[in-house]
Amino acid sequence: MTSGGGACDPCPKDAAEVGPAHTADPGGPAHPRRQAQFKVLSPTAILGYGFPVESFARGMARRPDLIAVDAGSTDPGPYYLGMGKSFTNRAAVKRDLEIMLEGALGAAIPLVIGSAGGCGAREHVEWTRAILEEIARERSHRFRMAIVWADIPRVAVMGALRDGRIRQVSAAVALTPEALGRTDRIVAQMGVEPLIAALDGPRGGLLDWSSDKSPDGPLDVILAGRSYDPAPFAAPAIRAGFDPGLALHMGKILECAAIAATPGSGADSVLGTLEADSFVLEALDPGRRFTKTSAAAHTLYEKSDPYRLPGPGGMLDLTAARFIEVGDGTVRVTGSRFVPDDLYTIKLEGAALVGYRTVSIAGIRDPGLIAQIDSVLEKVRELAARAAPQVGSPRLFFHLYGRDAIMGPREPLRDRLPHELGLIIEALAPTQDQADTLCAFARSTLLHYGYPGRISTAGNLAFLYSPSDMPAGPVFEFSVYHLMEVDDPLAPFPIEFCQVGE
Amino acid sequence: MTAPRTPPATVPLTQLASVIRSKNSGPFELTLDIMFKRETDYLFLKNSGVFTPGLFASLYGVEPDQVLRVIHFDPACAVKATMVRPVPSGGPGDTDVYGAQQHAPLLGLQVPAPPTVPEAHPPHGPAREQGKGRACH
Repeated sequence: MTSGGGACDPCPKDAAEVGPAHTADPGGPAHPRRQAQFKVLSPTAILGYGFPVESFARGMARRPDLIAVDAGSTDPGPYYLGMGKSFTNRAAVKRDLEIMLEGALGAAIPLVIGSAGGCGAREHVEWTRAILEEIARERSHRFRMAIVWADIPRVAVMGALRDGRIRQVSAAVALTPEALGRTDRIVAQMGVEPLIAALDGPRGGLLDWSSDKSPDGPLDVILAGRSYDPAPFAAPAIRAGFDPGLALHMGKILECAAIAATPGSGADSVLGTLEADSFVLEALDPGRRFTKTSAAAHTLYEKSDPYRLPGPGGMLDLTAARFIEVGDGTVRVTGSRFVPDDLYTIKLEGAALVGYRTVSIAGIRDPGLIAQIDSVLEKVRELAARAAPQVGSPRLFFHLYGRDAIMGPREPLRDRLPHELGLIIEALAPTQDQADTLCAFARSTLLHYGYPGRISTAGNLAFLYSPSDMPAGPVFEFSVYHLMEVDDPLAPFPIEFCQVGE
Repeated sequence: MTAPRTPPATVPLTQLASVIRSKNSGPFELTLDIMFKRETDYLFLKNSGVFTPGLFASLYGVEPDQVLRVIHFDPACAVKATMVRPVPSGGPGDTDVYGAQQHAPLLGLQVPAPPTVPEAHPPHGPAREQGKGRACH
């Protein structure tokens, strides 16, 4: 835990690192509902993607109960989880957080950040926390924060694997102790329960949310590690007594902000208003609106089954969901249901190092070479493997842009001869030096390879850059993407309460 | 002077669809979405039973068991097919980390023609692609 100037100070010992003894049942309201509506402002699709301040201000003028933002995704691939790095830009994240923090503190409503730093592992959460502390220093903010960690120790996963409590999901391969052994960083997607416990505060919800800014008062910021995308949007509403199915479905749409509106945008704000038996979506830029189709279509996005969306502790069932246009570019949604599972599961994500990469980029314009490119590359592959014998289990990839680099064997137009080809030589080996060596051999061999009928004898490749070869660093693969059964949805996600700012 | 033409037996999918896209559904699956401009066309094709795992398997040259499910989603007038990724996202040998450019085989697909057909030339991309006369596999 960092403790330098204005940093997050630990809370009294009894409260730190312990989830309060409060278990919310997502199948039923945690508290009786005391308000008619719960408004959630979603400024942007991913923390760091930006948003117009005008849209945000329009949202704040509607007096929201919550500002929530999703910072994460597995889309950018396994590298960022494997390396503990963010895929978003620090300056852009800081700019977004400055505006959200100002809005939340000014209106005395919570700011909930899910999947901090993109992947939500300890390094990603620390990275985001440092940005928040920096803002607090620069702008003289002082606020209470709960950090909910989402790192799962490898031994815990190993134990669950031994006990038969790991389940395969989607098309991922079965989890093995070998794959686990190669995985240094594992996170799990938290459900709403740890976030509700964090909102309850160090005293376990004994204090009223609306109480003043005493040291034991309500939390201003919840900084969460890897989270089920809708959870940061839904947890405060479920805590306030609203229906979990509606809250999660609204969160599912709000987490992508204006992507679900039309025209869509990942960098604009939207507002969701939850009521007893429905929720309403509205865009905050007058140039956008929600339509029945835009809202329904978004339900398809990045999901394999739009009717049944499994998540921590249960499934969001949308078979009875209805999307109704209610005028002024708003859409009302009804009928979304949350169906709790018998056994609570959380989804694990882990990435393992598989080696190091070096790439070389070049173009080919000679029709004679293009016509026989496959046989030439095969020959080069053989020669490079022979010339670089010290390299253990190396892999060489030739990506031919203009032919089939994007779809590979699935490319229907693979046989059509282009007039030029973009070639990326990719070498993958256990060390960076070995990858450099293999790439260099493949590049120099191909450059001067004398294929049959060659008339362009000065060189076969148009290099884009000097240097021609670029070490690209470590390469990871998703090695863990499985469900783990847990007895307590809170236990894997320790909560730490602290004060930020002087 | 032109005699009334018999309606064509098939039309390009691009003529009926407003969205044809691909994307990861998690790092191990690829999901294809087709959304239709008109509900009548969507329902016509839904009832025709043209969208099957076998269709997507042949379009992408994979075994039918690699197509995990095909779902018709009425609220969005949409068909969704989910397939196993040949290589997990971002792993060694992957060529499309987000899976966002794997939709092209659908652009050349011919589907049974509904009783009435909307205008023949959508303003952008897909029309050009199918205009090359590529037959569906």
